[in-house]
Amino acid sequence: MAVVPMKKVLICGLKKDRKGTLELLQRQGVLEISNVLQEDDMFRKMDVTSSKTVFERNAIIAEQAVGILDKYAPEDKGMLDSFAGREILTVEQYEANAGQHDETMKKAYRLQELAKQIGENSAVIPKLEQQMEALAPWKSFDLPLDFKGTKKSVAFIGSIQEEISLEQLREQLGALAPEAETIDLNIVSSSKEQTCLFIVCAKGDADAVEDALKKLNFVKPPLSSLVPAKRQQQLEEELSKVKAEIAGAEKAIADMAPDRDSIKFVMDYYTMRSEKYGVLNGLVQSRRVFLITGYVSVEAAPALEKLLQDKYEVVIEFSEPEEKDDVPVVLRNNKFAQPVEGVIESYSLPGQGEIDPSMVVACFYYVLFGLMLSDAAYGLIMIAGTAYCLTKYKNMEDGMRKFMKMFMYCGISTAFWGFMFGSFFGDAVNVIATTFFNRPDIRLAPIWFEPVSLPMKMLVFAFLIGIIHLFTGLGIKFYTCVRNGSLKDGIYDAVFWYMLVGGGIVYLLTMSMFTDMLGLSFTLPAAAGTVAAVLAVIGLIGIVLTSGRESRSWFKRILKGLYGAYGVTSYLSDILSYSRLLALGLATSVISTVFNKMGSMVGGTIPGAIVFILVFLIGHSLNLAINALGAYVHTNRLQFVEFFGKFYEGGGRKFEPFAIHTKYYKVKEDI
Amino acid sequence: MENMGVVLALLGAVLAALFAGIGSAIGVGIAGEAAAGVVTEDPNKFSKVLVLQLLPGTQGIYGLLIGFITLTQIGIMGGSSDISVAKGFLYLAACLPMAFVGLYSAIKQGKAAVASIGLVAKKPDQFGKAMIFPAMVETYAILALLISILAIFGIAGVNA
Repeated sequence: MAVVPMKKVLICGLKKDRKGTLELLQRQGVLEISNVLQEDDMFRKMDVTSSKTVFERNAIIAEQAVGILDKYAPEDKGMLDSFAGREILTVEQYEANAGQHDETMKKAYRLQELAKQIGENSAVIPKLEQQMEALAPWKSFDLPLDFKGTKKSVAFIGSIQEEISLEQLREQLGALAPEAETIDLNIVSSSKEQTCLFIVCAKGDADAVEDALKKLNFVKPPLSSLVPAKRQQQLEEELSKVKAEIAGAEKAIADMAPDRDSIKFVMDYYTMRSEKYGVLNGLVQSRRVFLITGYVSVEAAPALEKLLQDKYEVVIEFSEPEEKDDVPVVLRNNKFAQPVEGVIESYSLPGQGEIDPSMVVACFYYVLFGLMLSDAAYGLIMIAGTAYCLTKYKNMEDGMRKFMKMFMYCGISTAFWGFMFGSFFGDAVNVIATTFFNRPDIRLAPIWFEPVSLPMKMLVFAFLIGIIHLFTGLGIKFYTCVRNGSLKDGIYDAVFWYMLVGGGIVYLLTMSMFTDMLGLSFTLPAAAGTVAAVLAVIGLIGIVLTSGRESRSWFKRILKGLYGAYGVTSYLSDILSYSRLLALGLATSVISTVFNKMGSMVGGTIPGAIVFILVFLIGHSLNLAINALGAYVHTNRLQFVEFFGKFYEGGGRKFEPFAIHTKYYKVKEDI
Repeated sequence: MENMGVVLALLGAVLAALFAGIGSAIGVGIAGEAAAGVVTEDPNKFSKVLVLQLLPGTQGIYGLLIGFITLTQIGIMGGSSDISVAKGFLYLAACLPMAFVGLYSAIKQGKAAVASIGLVAKKPDQFGKAMIFPAMVETYAILALLISILAIFGIAGVNA
């Protein structure tokens, strides 16, 4: 339960073992590499950026190939398969697969080519369809559309963008080209949007007719030397050919589905190599040796040393990190506290001199979450769901596993508080018994009390939990100060606050007005109040005198001290903030009650039962989802804002070892 | 006019559900627009932005809660609904904190959620902190809920 101590390490190996050493380190994933060594006359850095770029590009191509496969030959995936985690390969399997990376890359290129082909062909289809559409009104016409006329006559083929009858056209043409006498008008087809015309006239009249037609906005059709029906057929053939090509390419892609795994592997393979080359880039090397510097945890150090020295001729030196070093942080906790490490990480890892708060955070996290959701059935569902996922997907990624386990513990706490407060799907037990079995006397009695009927009691309990939570935070502050060797800071920043806030609370409890308001059954004797008041005043004076202690001038010090004492208002709002335990707890149970009531409205008949089951299932899934989310967010908030505000700053840098950061596979060393 | 009391009390219940619901609808709506924008760029962030989008939704639930408690207390959901005018006014007043604070805090929380969604889009590892900013706004909705609940439960014991 702590921040794992780190050691600085210097590895000096022979250049011929460089590849093997790096790969071993990568598979082990326990060493964070820090390139602190500078180049000098003897040691030089190697520039492998270009190879790294090639690897990165290959990884991207492989990723795209997997994407193409997923599009045209989707994998069967269960809803929960995203929990499954990466598949584990042994070193032998890895070597065997790695040997084929060139061939697999060819397949990836082939997939890209096929996808490109599909893309190009798909772009042709709308063009062809457009042409066919334009040709459709001319279907019955039996001359090619580029027919110009005979020796003595001229033909005009085209359309006018409106519906027009033969008589109207003749009139208009007569008005526009009165001299033309030999016009033969034919309507090929007509619709609301356009009228397709075939006009023949003697050669002498051609110019006049053409001018007249221009004025009528005569448009020429898509030209082709074929009769429209034939051209139509030709286009159709082309279209079906393009479609067949697309189908062929799609099938070719689908046929490559068995290669999916090897392409996934090759993607991971190049990702790994590119990471390795990233490391290689920063290494300093002489003619025969190379140097690696970095951090390794104290626990992993001996094993790493042994493993490396067994395989290669290397020299390893460990040293304690110095004050100025930016030592990475990794947390190690027991099974109970480990799940909340992710929560702490999402805030910030402990900075220098801070302790790992996981254990305390875990205790309160589960309790607070349980109080907010507080329904036995919901808790049991959460336990069952997370337990199922954890047992089914043994290979789950670490972060996800922690998250699942956290919700399992939260579920246990939720079930516990649910029974304490007598809530099982809200008041479902009573509603079912009343509606369907006519036994209104059956209900799940709370072990402690029902917050809906005694909200004031719940509120006081929430405040009590809040005060315990905040005081624990102060306690950790005190502990941290003492551990870092300054008892004085501990007294100034923690003990005085204990006296002020604690004294204030006790004093309030001696006033009957206050205890009546909260519905408490006791009032502390006046003597306790006097003692508490004295303590609070001492605390207040202490805070005014000390919270500005870094300032030299006394005037400034007192001003800062007064401002520090003003911080007591934040304690007030912090404690009030725990009223959300009541609010969210009530929200869960009231909404459950609403759904139960809605479901039972049809009555105790068989259709009534069906309606009840439907409303029950939908309503409670919704309620569980929304309130679990609410409980999660607000538990985090209470931890981050109220609790961490008292003692925790964070700012530690996460330990990021040189390891296999892949998407589908991980390689396991068999030792 | 002798039923005026129950009318006023029901008005209070309805206002709480109405205003808090409107606020949440607006808040979740604007957060949803931002969330959809992020998902077009990176579908993997869906679950994170969904959580942020849902944060302003709680006010609507609190409004429902106040409305429902009021309805049960005044006997609309079964039982006798014999409420004096004075008590009717008391219930109406008790519902108002949730109605108004619910409305405004949900909208403001929605805006904070939009900003946090932007934060997650750029720095997904800062999700824990991004969640806190909208949650800070919610505190005031919770305080209003608290006062409304305490007042409603308290009215039953008032002689009026």
